[in-house]
Amino acid sequence: MNKASLSYRLYILAFYLFLFAPLVSVAVFAFNASLFPAPPWKGFTVEWFTGTGALFGKPGIFRDPAMLAAFLNSLKVAIPVTLLSIVIGTANAFLLERREFPGKALLSMMMLWPLVIPGVILGISILAFSSRIANALETWLNMDLDFLRPGLFLVILGQLSFILTISTLIIGARLKKFDRSLEEAALDLGASRLRVLTTITLPFLKPAMVGAGLVALLMSFENFNTTLILVGSDAPLPIYMYGQMREGATPALNAASLVLMLGAGFLATLVALVSPRKEA
Amino acid sequence: MSQVADLALLGVTKDFGGHKAVNDVSFEVAPGEFFSILGPSGCGKTTLMRMIAGFEHPSAGDIVIRGQSMLGVPANRRPVNMVFQSLALFPMMTVGENVGYGLACAGISKAEAGPRITRILDKVGLGGFADRPVTRLSGGQRQRVAIARCLVLEPTLVLLDEPLGALDLKLREHMKLELKQLQAAFNTTFVYITHDQSEALVMSNRVAVMNHGRFEQVGSPRELYHHPATSFVAGFVGDTNIFSGEVTGARAAGIGIRLSTDVELAGSGSASGQAKAYLRPEAVALAGSVSELSALPNRFAGTVSTVLFDGAASTLVIRADKFPMLRATLPQAGPLAGIEAGAPIAFGFTAEALKVFSARGV
Amino acid sequence: MGRRLALFLLLAPAVLWIGLLVILPHVEIAILSFSQRVAARVYTFGFANYLEFLAEPVYWRTFARTALLSILVTLITLVISFPVALYIAKFARGKSKPVLFLLCLIPFWASELVRTLGWMMLLRETGILSHFLQAIGVIGRPVEFLYNDGALVLGLVYGGMLFMIVPLTNALESLETAQIEAGYDLGGSHLTVLRRIIIPHAMPGIVAGSIVVFMLTVGNFVTPVMLGGKNGLWFTEQIYSQFITRFNWPQGSAFGFMLLLLSTVIVWIGLRLTGQGFSETLRRS
Repeated sequence: MNKASLSYRLYILAFYLFLFAPLVSVAVFAFNASLFPAPPWKGFTVEWFTGTGALFGKPGIFRDPAMLAAFLNSLKVAIPVTLLSIVIGTANAFLLERREFPGKALLSMMMLWPLVIPGVILGISILAFSSRIANALETWLNMDLDFLRPGLFLVILGQLSFILTISTLIIGARLKKFDRSLEEAALDLGASRLRVLTTITLPFLKPAMVGAGLVALLMSFENFNTTLILVGSDAPLPIYMYGQMREGATPALNAASLVLMLGAGFLATLVALVSPRKEA
Repeated sequence: MSQVADLALLGVTKDFGGHKAVNDVSFEVAPGEFFSILGPSGCGKTTLMRMIAGFEHPSAGDIVIRGQSMLGVPANRRPVNMVFQSLALFPMMTVGENVGYGLACAGISKAEAGPRITRILDKVGLGGFADRPVTRLSGGQRQRVAIARCLVLEPTLVLLDEPLGALDLKLREHMKLELKQLQAAFNTTFVYITHDQSEALVMSNRVAVMNHGRFEQVGSPRELYHHPATSFVAGFVGDTNIFSGEVTGARAAGIGIRLSTDVELAGSGSASGQAKAYLRPEAVALAGSVSELSALPNRFAGTVSTVLFDGAASTLVIRADKFPMLRATLPQAGPLAGIEAGAPIAFGFTAEALKVFSARGV
Repeated sequence: MGRRLALFLLLAPAVLWIGLLVILPHVEIAILSFSQRVAARVYTFGFANYLEFLAEPVYWRTFARTALLSILVTLITLVISFPVALYIAKFARGKSKPVLFLLCLIPFWASELVRTLGWMMLLRETGILSHFLQAIGVIGRPVEFLYNDGALVLGLVYGGMLFMIVPLTNALESLETAQIEAGYDLGGSHLTVLRRIIIPHAMPGIVAGSIVVFMLTVGNFVTPVMLGGKNGLWFTEQIYSQFITRFNWPQGSAFGFMLLLLSTVIVWIGLRLTGQGFSETLRRS
């Protein structure tokens, strides 16, 4: 193939500038010693990360109780979402790859569906349905079921509704590549079915399970649309940041964004490291 | 047999929805025997082996190992171990862990298992490889791990499912010899399935030839080669010329057959009507003139059409009037060794060498 | 017996997930969308919510605007991304190929919110672009680039880019360089080679990328809210405001259904026009 022409290469360069301009701006102005994340540059500071608030009237993100609470809320959602995504995704992978049952084609089609439903609609449908259940139980049992009202529990369910699709696809793809004669060989050498599962099949799936977990963690932390609809009074990080952005930007938001980016980059690197090599 | 057979199959049938993959197969394998099942792909040999290992269940009949019926015994409780076609080494484990897997399953302590693993690895020539990941072994080494993994459990029976299939030609030749020696050293009963007749003939004490779910013939490699019982065996085992024709009747020695090219030959067998005749290339005697072959009932003059030089396995393709194209082994020591295409040549063979079988519906 | 139990145990989470989190909630909003209020806390079956959608210009205009802008955004994303994907797949050599590809992925590790924040910082009146243009003397005083449809389209294109580049690159990777060279060798110009060889080969990637970008754009919320103008509403904002602000769930459900219908119909037409299957397309992306 011929070398690309100069104008073509300039276009590619311009494209990558366009791609990174917003992120670099966010990162750079997290260190601006100013009340506003905008030019002019007033000097370098880490006040917006670790400051006590003495300088700008607002504490750095690591000392801001509201920011830390939002982070904690995100964790409260992300950890159950991650664990359930791994467990249920693995069960689904076995169901789709190993079992035959009536309606299997329909079920596997339905499992893909959440990917094409806009997040806002997943949110409102789960909100409406859980409210109906809560209302019905309230009149019937005369008890108030708070967890079915907007809040972190519903956020977990809402995020699971589409993250499960992704974890099922990741783990299922790995299970599809599994050579079943390995299981027969283990049985043949005297292993029980449970032992075959724990010593042969699950170790083979492990990279995909870890990968699916990391992707779930990332997606849970960053999800906005579904979370926004289902959230109650405890706001996870993206929702809290959204609220702050509407009130007016400060470099603290940039600092939080940078930390999020670094965290996401770290997770993404982990995903790349655990994802199975070509062997096996 | 005076001893109890290590393996006995009694009328085993496997029916896959109307298709009989294995059809009423019975045989016995004596302790210490190397028994091969030879057949083309799709003949049912893999299904048969999977039934012995316990991965499939017979529709009818019984599988008996050392006098114990295996019906209802799951794969993981049978005193049978299998070397898989893909070898199925556990890729996330080392050589030692692979070999020790069965011992661990049997509840044998690490202290006891360690020396056994070392001993077996030494014996198969993999001493010092215990900590090597199996992904970093050569084809031949992987083969030995797969066998060691079975032998360490001291099974009554080792099943081998075309384990040499994935190797290149040279290594395959080498591993044939090695497998035979291993089997002799451990004196374990081997049941080996293959579609490669050379593997079966070289290694086995006895070979069963299988076709369409049935055993065509069970016998020593020599018996199969020299005295095939059926048309299929005559055609499948060893290299051969195949002619078709019609039986003309009994003769003083053997029977007569008229080939479709309108030449009558003397053959052996008890066929009638439409028939196929088989003639091994090395059973064809070659000479400069027909008069030198007067002792043979079948003798013809023809010309050399092509010389296929392949060292000791060199052959001639010969054309003769009214005779179908014929391949004959060309001895590299005789006076004809230097013969060229186009040269006149005489050839002949005994009635005994031409095996005639009734043609079955093809 | 044990096998049936195992099957049941494996089926249970899948059925609970699809049943309780996907199907029943959608049945619920379907029912809600057809219920109309006749008195306080009394609802009957009816089409009032859909009629209201048609009767109120703000609603259907927003809907049409969302649909048309989403198609526009998808096309722009395709046009911008195609040369980049072609470069990565066919021109980049050695190490630069995976590096360029990974660089495309990086911005999407960051959340949507962070990316939007970046564009706000760049485009706002006191922002970086305005400062830069003043510094080099192109403009005399601060200019607001934010809060208009241009900024909105820019943000949406940026957000969809990755989902276009990845399937495009994968599709173009499988095109043999020899085929392109043969195209030139047989006397083709740049344009005919592109039209007759490269684009037909990339078609599955183009369709997969376009569908995903369109669906993400239609369903986007943050970008229109933050970058769009005051009267440049997005349909998801209508749904949000009906549900959360006005607490009119039946109306919001009807809007939700309209949005689902929109994305389904457009995706269906796209697949029909190009003769691609749904499942394969989805798996590919």
